[in-house]
Order: sequence, then structure tokens, then C-alpha cells
Amino acid sequence: MTNDPTAKSDAPDLVRPYVITRGRGHPTREGLDLVSLVIALPGDESPHILDPESTRLLALCRGGILSVAEVAGHLQLPIGVVKVLLSDLMDTGLVATRRPIPSAELPKTQLLQEVLDGLARL
Amino acid sequence: MDSPVSSGAGTDVYLADSVKVAAKILVVGHFAVGKTTFVGTMSEIRPLTTEETMTQAGAHIDDLTGAGRKTTTTVALDFGRLTLSDRLVLYLFGTPGQQRFAQVWKDMTLGALGALVLIDPERFDQSFDVIGLLEEYDVPYAVAINRFDGGVEHPLEKLRAALDLLPDTPLVTCDARDRASSTEALMALVRYLQLRASKELA
Repeated sequence: MTNDPTAKSDAPDLVRPYVITRGRGHPTREGLDLVSLVIALPGDESPHILDPESTRLLALCRGGILSVAEVAGHLQLPIGVVKVLLSDLMDTGLVATRRPIPSAELPKTQLLQEVLDGLARL
Repeated sequence: MDSPVSSGAGTDVYLADSVKVAAKILVVGHFAVGKTTFVGTMSEIRPLTTEETMTQAGAHIDDLTGAGRKTTTTVALDFGRLTLSDRLVLYLFGTPGQQRFAQVWKDMTLGALGALVLIDPERFDQSFDVIGLLEEYDVPYAVAINRFDGGVEHPLEKLRAALDLLPDTPLVTCDARDRASSTEALMALVRYLQLRASKELA
């Protein structure tokens, strides 16, 4: 655990969240939930000038599907910041979400039954 | 450039490509009740921590300047993941129960199926705040007594009365260190959510 490169450093953050998001407190898109599933789209990012955090985010998402919360956890960025960066990448067509607020799109009773069945199989 | 994911984490960091639906259940309770243990016991990935930074206008009594100074609060959220089928994944979020984290609560409760309230029977009175918050945000919940070694066994009905729970609200015991026991507690919550959903349809 002590050699874990993703372990949080005790050093204070060198860059304030507002710097990363260029002063914006809110994402350009509504509906990004903690459990929205994020997927990178095939495409060339070279026409876009990406900040280092967006570059890291894109590299992470190119590996496979993750929730917004997992993206934030792996990159060790606040969720609010990740939502802003993701919105920008969605605007440029480099990432997409599988569903905006996923659980809202399935009948609740069906979803609950699937959750219960899944737990019973554990 | 460094890999964005811990080198020791392996390929199961990512969800299966077939996953289409994500559900969310909150695991709430007072400080040190076992939320992190519960999430860690259930999670298929090493639990992650993320932060929600909140900026709020400084309207404190001690702010005599009236300059609208802003204060920033950081709340740590522990969460874990459980793939329940080819297409369904469940996320468990350990959520701090303090009233002052209201903005985080709004975010956390959005789209949540429900919440499991973990309670230490020796300190059940510390759970009133979090139960009040769940009711305020209209999040259905079940209560699980997290048994600690050597803890005094309170009769469940006495605790139900002390916590002022509704007759329908599930009250179960669990051991947050044990996967089968923790799974049972989650299933009690989901069965209750089903009951509520069927009543809503009726």
C-alpha cells in the first residue's frame, strides 16, 4: 500500500480546483450523476488543446467504462471538477455517457428485482 | 506519462463492456460506525475515496466584515462497486451524516434507490441526525445494527422504539466485516424498496 502511486499525498494541492476548471463551478451539461457511466469515444484529440487533467481523464477513460465517481477517485480530483472536465470532453465529442441518470430510465420495480437477484447470487 | 490507474490494480478496474445500468445505494451512519468497513466488505474493487468540494458563502456570526467571504469544505466519500449481472452494476456510497454537508446530500441522494443506515447499538442516539436527513431528502431506508464484538445485545424492538422507526422499516443486524451478513442487510433494504414500489403502483 505504501508504494501505491494513486495513494493520496499529504502535500497540499498545488492547483486549486477553480484553476483546473478555468473558474467554472458548474458543468455545461446537466444530468451528470455520480454513477453516470463514462466511455471514451474513438477520435483524435490533437485538434483540441487539452489541459493536463483532461488528458489524464481521457487516458483513464480509454481503458474502459467507469462511473463519474470512479473517474474522480482514480484521478484524485473533486467530483465537481471531474463533471466540468467531462462536460467539456463531451462537448468536443471525445467522451460520452452511457446514460445520463441511468437508474431513472428503467422501471423501478424491474431494476429492484434485478438488484435483488444479483445480490442473491453473490 | 504515468498510467492513470494504479499499476497493481489490474484490468478489473474497469466495468465489463456489457454493463448498461448503474444503480446507487447509500450506506450512511454516524462517525466510525463501520460504513467504510461495510463498503470494503462488499466491493469488488478496492474502495475509492473521492472528494466533493463545497463553497458556501460565509454567513457566520463571526464574520463581522460582511464581505461575503467564502469558505470551502471538503467532504470525503468512500465508495465501492458490485457488478450484479452482465448489464447491471451497483455502487455503494458511504456518506457522512452531518447536516452541514447538505449540498453533498443533494448530489448523493439524486437517483439513489435507498439507504442502509448502520447503527452502533451503544451509540444509537447519534443516528437521529442521519435518519432525519434521509427523511428530509425522501430517501427510503432500512436500519442495520452493526454488531461489535462484546457489544451489549439490545432487544431489536426496544431499539425500534428508541429510534422511532415506522412499523414497515426493516431493522436487521449485520456484521459489516462479513460479506454474507452484509449482503443480507442489503437484500432486506431492497425487498423493502420493492414493497414500497409496489404500493406506489397500486
